Order: sequence, then C-alpha cells, then structure tokens
Amino acid sequence: MKVLRAAGLVLLIALVLAAWIFLPWWALLGVAAAFALWMLLARSGRQAASVTMVGVSTLSQRLGSSSVVIVGIAGVVGVLVALLAMAEGYRHTVSSSGDEQTAIVLRGGSSAELMSVMTRDAITTIERAPEIARDAEGRPMASPELVVAANLPVRGGAADEDGSVQLRGVGDMAWAVRPGMKIVEGRRFEPGKRELVVGKGARRQFTGLDPGSELRLGSQPWTVVGVFESGDSMESEVWADAEVVAATYGRGSSRASVFARLSAPSAFNAFKATLAADPRLQVEAKTTLDYFQGQSEGVSKVLRIIGIVVGSIMAIGAVFGALNTMFASVASRAREIATLRAIGFRGVPVVVAVLLETMLLAALGGALGGAIAWLVFNGYTASTLAGGVAQLTFEFKVSPALLWEGLKWALAIGFVGGLFPALRAATMPVTDALRAA
Amino acid sequence: MKYFHLVWAALFRRKTRTFLTLASIVAAFLLFGLLDGIRSSFAQLGQNADGAQRLQTASKLSFIETLPISLQGRIANIDNIEAVTYANWFGGTYQGPKNQLFTFAVAPNYLDLYPEILVDPAEVEAWKRNRTGMLVGETMMKRFDWKVGQRVPLQSSIFPNSDGSLDWAFDIVGVLRAKDKKSAGFTESLILMHYDYFEESTPYVDGDVGWYISRVSDVRRSDAAARAIDALSANSPHETKSMSEQAAMASQLKQMADIGLIVGSIMGAVFFTLLLLTGNTMAQAVRERTSELAVLKTIGFSSSSVLCMVLAESMLIVVIGGVLGLALAAVIGPAASAGSGGMISLPPVGLQSWMLGLALMLAIGLLVGALPAIRAMRLNIVDALAGR
Repeated sequence: MKVLRAAGLVLLIALVLAAWIFLPWWALLGVAAAFALWMLLARSGRQAASVTMVGVSTLSQRLGSSSVVIVGIAGVVGVLVALLAMAEGYRHTVSSSGDEQTAIVLRGGSSAELMSVMTRDAITTIERAPEIARDAEGRPMASPELVVAANLPVRGGAADEDGSVQLRGVGDMAWAVRPGMKIVEGRRFEPGKRELVVGKGARRQFTGLDPGSELRLGSQPWTVVGVFESGDSMESEVWADAEVVAATYGRGSSRASVFARLSAPSAFNAFKATLAADPRLQVEAKTTLDYFQGQSEGVSKVLRIIGIVVGSIMAIGAVFGALNTMFASVASRAREIATLRAIGFRGVPVVVAVLLETMLLAALGGALGGAIAWLVFNGYTASTLAGGVAQLTFEFKVSPALLWEGLKWALAIGFVGGLFPALRAATMPVTDALRAA
Repeated sequence: MKYFHLVWAALFRRKTRTFLTLASIVAAFLLFGLLDGIRSSFAQLGQNADGAQRLQTASKLSFIETLPISLQGRIANIDNIEAVTYANWFGGTYQGPKNQLFTFAVAPNYLDLYPEILVDPAEVEAWKRNRTGMLVGETMMKRFDWKVGQRVPLQSSIFPNSDGSLDWAFDIVGVLRAKDKKSAGFTESLILMHYDYFEESTPYVDGDVGWYISRVSDVRRSDAAARAIDALSANSPHETKSMSEQAAMASQLKQMADIGLIVGSIMGAVFFTLLLLTGNTMAQAVRERTSELAVLKTIGFSSSSVLCMVLAESMLIVVIGGVLGLALAAVIGPAASAGSGGMISLPPVGLQSWMLGLALMLAIGLLVGALPAIRAMRLNIVDALAGR
C-alpha cells in the first residue's frame, strides 16, 4: 500500500511537471481559472481558501524560515535567468545581423567569411545576376567585401595583451546593402585613405578606437574618423576602404564575400539557382539570416545547455531546502492543523492550503530572482570569440519570456517542495498532533 | 573526539531533515565539482613544465597572417633555443562544416617538442614514411569510430587541394595519447598531418607557416630569447610576437569569454543559497534541542564544549554532503564526457578542486554553525529548562 502510494505520488509529480513544461501559457491560465472557480464556488474550495488565508496571514510570524524559501528560490531563478539571458543576448545579436532579402555569397565549402577567397572575375559574374536589386543609378546593389583579423590592444588588459578584431574592407555599396547602419559620431572614411570607422561594440572592447586617434593595423598607421551603430554583430567590427585593406594585407584584387540585396525575399531561390548554373563559379549563397543564425547556433546552444544543467542542479538543491522549511513549518503548526481537522476540515483543503502557501513563497522568490537578474544583467555587455576568429560583443538580454520561464521554474520548485509537507499535514494522526508539544 | 557519538546522534535526531539538508549540500558541491573542474582545466592548459619551456611565435598583425619558412633557421641560431618546429592551421572538417576538427599540418620534428604527447615510436616512423599519413587523438578516433590504417576523407574550410577542390584524404597511421590525463581534452582531439604534403598540394601556402614553436634550454632566460626572436623580423612586413605557450594559451582563452568571472558568480550564488538553507536548518536543530543542551550543561559540560559540539555537528553535515557531492561530480563528469563521444569534455575532479572543496566545506560549516553554537554556549540553564 505504501509503495503503491509512493509510486502514485511520483507519477503525479512527473505528470504535473510535464504538463507544466509543455502546456502553453493560455492553457495554464485556463487551469488557474478553473482552480480559482473551484475555490470560490465549491464547498471544499471555500474551505481551502479560508485555510490558506489563515496560513498566509500568519506568514509574518514565520518570517525567518519563509524568507529562506524565498531567497533560496530567488538564487536559483536569478542564476538561471542570467545564464539564459546570456544565451539569448548572443543569439539575438548574431541572428539580427541578417535578413531574408540580403544574400551572402562565399566560396563553396567555406563556413565563414574569414576562410573564403573569391577572385575579381567571380565577383563580377555574381554582380550580374538578374535577381540583385538595382539602385537609382542602375548599379547592382552588391557589395564585395574583404575580411581580415587584426590584433588590437584590449581595453583593461595588460600592456601587450591583444585581442582579435574583424577588419572589414568595403566599398561604397556596403552602406546601401545595409540600411540599418548609421554613423553616430564623426564621418565615413574617404576612399583611398587609411581611415577607419569603428563599431560601437569594438570601441568598447579595444583601446584607442576613439574618433581622431591613430593606431597601427597591419604595420601601417590608420586614423579613426567615425563610429557606427547597427544593433547587430557588425558592431564588433572595424571598417575601412576595401582597396586599402587589400593592399595592406596583400590580398590583391580578391575578396572574401559578396553581400547582395535582392529585389525581393522570394528571389533568393532563383538567385541561388543562377549562381549554381554558372560553371565558372564555385560559390555558395545563403540568405544573411541563415548565415548568421548558423554562426551562432553552436555557441548559443551550449550556453543554453549550461544554463539549464546548472539551473537544474541548483533547483534540486532548492527543492530540498524548500521541503525542509515547509516540513518544519508544518511541524510547528501541527496543533493548529490538527485542530482544523478535528473540527471537520477534510484533507484536501489542508493539502491545497499548504501547497498554495509554498507556491506563493516560491512565486515571490521567482519574482525577486528575476528582478535581480533583470536589474544586474539586462544590458550587461560581454564578449567572446565568435566563429573562432574575432571578438564579438553582445548584451545580456533579459526578455519577458525568460522572466516567465524563471517564474515557471520557481513555481515548479514550490510545487515539489510543498507537496510532501502538505500530504504530511493532511495525514498526520489528529490525536497525536493535538497532544504534541 | 570522545563526544563524537553524541554529535553523531544529534545529527540523526531528525532523519528526514538531515537527509534533506544533506541532499541540498550534495547538489551544491556537485555543481562546485563540475564547475571547478572546468575552471581549473582552463587555468591549467599549457601550464605544465613542458609548456613553460616552449615559446610560441606568431604574426604580430593577426593570427591569420603567416610567417616565412626562412625564419626557422634564423630562430634556431639564437642563443638558448634548442629546437624549432612549425605548424600551420589546416581548418579540417569531417562530413560537413558542423564537425570542426583541430587539424594542424606540422613539421616532422613537431612531436619531439611535445614529450607530453605519447605516440608509439613505430607509428611515428610509419607517419614519417607516409606522406598522406596523419596522427589522430584518441578521443577523436572514438568519436568517429576510426581505425588505424583507415583512409579518411577530410575537407578543409580554407585550403583547396591540388585539384582545386576542398576535399582531402589522409591515412590514419597512429594514435595520439596524452601522458597527463588533465590535458587529454585538447591533446586527444588533435589531428596532425605532414606540412610538406600540405604545402605542396595547396596553391595558397607557398612556404609560409602559421606559427613557430621553439624550446628554450634555460627557462629563466626565455624572455630574452622571445625578444631576440621578435628582433629578427622587426620592421619587416612579417613582424612577430613571441611568448611562452602558456601565456599564449591564456590570452587566447581570455578572449573566449571571461570564464572565471561567470563560473565564479555562479558559484557565489550557489553558496549563498546553500549557506542560507543550511544555516536555517542548524538554527532549527539547536532551537528544538534547547532543553537537551541545558541538561548537558547541568551534568557538567562546559559552555565551550557545547559550542564545539554544535560547531562539530554543522561542520560534519557539510563535510559529509560536500564529499558525497564532489565524489558524485568525479563520477558524473567523466561519464558525461564519455557518453557524449568527445562532444564535451568535463575533466575529472582534480586534487586542487578537492582541497579547495574541503576548505570550503569546513569554512561553510563553521560559518553556518557559528550563530546557533554561540546561542547554545550562552544558554542559561535555568531559563532553558523552564522552557522560557
């Protein structure tokens, strides 16, 4: 009998947690509404409500131990939300770098721009593709670009500590292909001169990138003339004239990639087919959306897995903490609960009341943890090596969806942590409990 | 020690509570074990005695720039330099770009500078004889279920073959094993191929190498040797930057992300939560034993021995939970690494982590036990027995 009941309990917990994870929010809202109706209308529901009221109103007397549950769960939710916010911020930054209407063409088999080389002839052929949009003067909106990695001193690092930055050589079409790109300080570089415009993120990451300052890249002196903002991974880059970059780094007339603005998002398949049909070309075209998403996939997945594993282990710890506290709370109120049952309250209202009380504490903890994570980490900048080549700066992003996820974890912890003490309260022999000290 | 049975009995006065407290401590130290393993394995990369003896020379401009092969002889002539080898990045992938592998094209004497990599001497000979041969780390062999003698197609994401395609094929002639299991994560997922064959086949390389590795005979003068190497190409188009291998590794890792900071803040949050939960339990345990403690004092236990007993109890519970958690981490880490087939590599919990963990356990035990213990020490016998 005992074994059967234990198995039933485990099954119940598994079912509730599974439902909790998989049900969408509106279904959960429906369940919550049904539950509220039960509390308002049914007799046992009203009993549950009044027992809960008693428990909640005496919470202030158990301030110490209740706050342990709150803070414990807040710790779990805070860490979880912060780690997921890191993954989310990274994914957001990289994947917002592209859209469906812009294509990127790389040499076949190259997984990143830094590894791709295309000849002048190939680029001219690509630019003739009919699916590429034309600007007002009838020129194709395609931008051949060159990418090299350059070493720059890291901000806040030791004297000779260098970080890697992506230096992109572009022509004037690059600005037309990316309408989101804005110069926020200074001006654009002039063609043919050793001038740089730097992304906001790169400026934050490296020293000496303020407008007007001089620096050495590829053993040549350059002047920073402007700062740009784009809200995506380009912000971690430094831009200069493609001809000058190619001359400095000995790249001749070759380029790494072609960014092409298509006449419509639906033209991509035709564009790809046009390039594939040309026997002179060995290239691969992707929409920039696909390309940048592919670049971020691995890292953001790893970050997410770390967040969930760490969060799970912490959650297990917190469940035991909550169990401990709630068992103690039930034990200290044993006489009160036994009295209720002696005067005719049934088991279900008592179980519901203790469960609700724990989940209320858990919800408070979840809200607190989420709030702390939001206050501390929303907009916090971090950087990492992206694609193994250059630094990418990104901001932690604590989105409402993540806060909701944190709250869900908190409530799940509260449910598991409250269920067993609640059952104990409902099954305690009344006479023993009344006699207890 | 003679009161140990008393402390032990007090610990199991309420079995459920002790079990639950233990479980949350186990969870915290499990997390600690896994994270500290990651942190220390990052910190220890390249930090062995061999790593300090080696200098890495790469282009000062950026790590994708190459260096002329003519530099080898000039570096070898520098005072204090014993041996020089070189390597180039191959950018290998297997079955599509999702499997990026650590593939280097290296000089024939590369392995001589890496005594911590173990290879069967017969296999080294076989590798030297076979132009298209490659040596593969053990983890990598397991991950793709490769066998020695097999011919494996690899793609390079950078370098085309002599026929212009990015497809290459190599024969597996031997297996790389790490002498010290701590560095196994890197060494055993490495692939080494012949620089000569690579250089002849691809049109882009033309006698350029990615980086040089040189061994110094006197580690104390390695800074001077590094400066001498850099002076060779000062003001040329190929300026270099030399540093010890461990410094190079550290600066590379620092760019990956501030791992120490992230891991540290997670651990901070974990321990804060843990402290709170355990502290609360201890306070409860002492509170409900007030009358027992008063009886102990009545029959002649001094205040300080009561203090020690409560402290011993809280330290004992944290140490038991902590050791269980760390042991669990020691089992789970390698199991997860093995189960993932080389995708993730969680190092086993090292001696350093154990020491740090034990110190933390004692400190946390002291900290959470302090308040209840002081309370127990100051207990007034008359009030306590009267239940006031």
